[in-house]
Amino acid sequence: MAADTTHTASPGRVDARALEAGLDALETAVVAPRRSAWSTAWSAFWPTALALGVFVAVWQLVYLAGVKPEYALPGPADVATTFVGILQDGTALKASALSLQRGGLGFVVSVVVGVVLGIAMATIPLLRRAIGPMITGLQSLPSIAWVPAAVIWFGLSNTTIFAVVLLGAVPSIVNGLLTGVDQVPPLFLRVGRVLGARGWDRIRFVLLPAALPGFLGGLKQGWAFAWRSLMAAELITNAPRLGTGLGQVLDLGRTLSDMSLVIAAIFLIFAVGIAIELLVFAPLERRVLHARGLTGLAGQ
Amino acid sequence: MTSVSTAAVTTAAHTPGAPAPAAGPGVAVRLQGVSKHFGDASRPPVLDRIDLTVAPGEFVCLLGASGCGKSTLLSLVAGLDAPSDGTVEVPDGRPALMFQEPALYPWLTAGQNIELALRLRGVGRQARRAEADRLLALVHLEGSHAKRVHELSGGMRQRVALARALAQEGRVLLMDEPFAALDAITRDVMHDELTRIWRETGLSVVFVTHNVREAVRLGQRVVLLSSRPGRIVREWTVDLPHPRRIEDSGVAELSVEITDHLRQEISRHGR
Repeated sequence: MAADTTHTASPGRVDARALEAGLDALETAVVAPRRSAWSTAWSAFWPTALALGVFVAVWQLVYLAGVKPEYALPGPADVATTFVGILQDGTALKASALSLQRGGLGFVVSVVVGVVLGIAMATIPLLRRAIGPMITGLQSLPSIAWVPAAVIWFGLSNTTIFAVVLLGAVPSIVNGLLTGVDQVPPLFLRVGRVLGARGWDRIRFVLLPAALPGFLGGLKQGWAFAWRSLMAAELITNAPRLGTGLGQVLDLGRTLSDMSLVIAAIFLIFAVGIAIELLVFAPLERRVLHARGLTGLAGQ
Repeated sequence: MTSVSTAAVTTAAHTPGAPAPAAGPGVAVRLQGVSKHFGDASRPPVLDRIDLTVAPGEFVCLLGASGCGKSTLLSLVAGLDAPSDGTVEVPDGRPALMFQEPALYPWLTAGQNIELALRLRGVGRQARRAEADRLLALVHLEGSHAKRVHELSGGMRQRVALARALAQEGRVLLMDEPFAALDAITRDVMHDELTRIWRETGLSVVFVTHNVREAVRLGQRVVLLSSRPGRIVREWTVDLPHPRRIEDSGVAELSVEITDHLRQEISRHGR
């Protein structure tokens, strides 16, 4: 039997193509089956819903205990009634639409300005050293601080609102882009040079797509700042011809001393901000990370 | 048409009197008196007066231990860096360069990575797709155009990187330890593939490695570099027929001889 094994002829050289096909099949990661969208959504939803339920229960208890007079702290039921009321008479929808329109436009303009400024700072080191600290400083300046200045310059106008939104959002977007650029692996840039990517091609095909995962955080933060700045601006820049945004609804509640309306408006502002995060940024982030195999679903 | 890319002006120290003659038609890469310092010139240079000529279609392996400046040398030939001294000539224009990591762009598919190289070369949209598919077939990855980088194994990624390097249409392919991170079986297959593609395309290849057997298995010429400073110590012509195997007795014999020289070179630093 020993003779058999030692004298067996070698099978000969396996063709490289066949060998490669075998290796490719063996080494390609086995993808774990994905959980269904429903079970993913449910596992994200129920803890939040539970926490919300607890919050409302505590609120009801505090209301029943009469810690504050009813005009200062209405119960959940009163607020719900007011909320349904502004939903039914269309105030909620119209105000949300106007604020979203302003916020969306302000955000898009902020992204354009922020990306142009960010690219300039990423490619011109002197410019970054010169204005980088200022941009970072602006990021920590509450944008409501710009409202008085904007009102003096532009009066009670939409320009004032947009100016405050831009001043609030642009610094975050610029810093987000610079963070993304700083995180780009140097090898990607070297490959770009080897492939002959120069100037605008380098920015378009290498730098920006490579910086995108880091930049996403900056975009999200930019939206949060744009939304907050918008509310601050709307709250103060209140004139009938400017229409009624969510901030103006909030101010209306204050002038009428209608605490239920104030709470309903706060809830609406909160809900719109969360909705944009869930409907726009979360899917965008998931798509970008998934395409690059960064979601941990790609196997070992 | 020949365009001479001279990375630095020849200095009087190395060629007194006249400038170096331009590389002739029989030259793919020519280095003359190339030195490279990082930082101040008082420290020993990374590369010290390297003279090296690669003929068109030649496969040269640069061999050396850590710190011999192999990667620096490739950067100079690729035009990513300029020599402190001496001249680097690549008459046929920009060489392609492959790294140890595949360095494919993860936001693009395998095919799009190749198409990007073509696009940056000015190839039109229609031709790009066809050329990318042809190159994928050349590295035996037909039908992988739409695969994401993270869906490919290490060997497949390195083959896509090879296809991307070939898409640059340089007549010179520079390879910086491209298979060092692969497992032994995959590396062996890649050696076969590289040899096949080299013979099919007639490219000049400069292949950097610290693996003696790899150098002997692949190269027509093996050049041994010393470390700190990097100098050319010796070179061997590898007169073995293709296809070669890493287990061939001829490969083994020459590897033993070269390894002895390499060890001697390394042990100088311990003294």
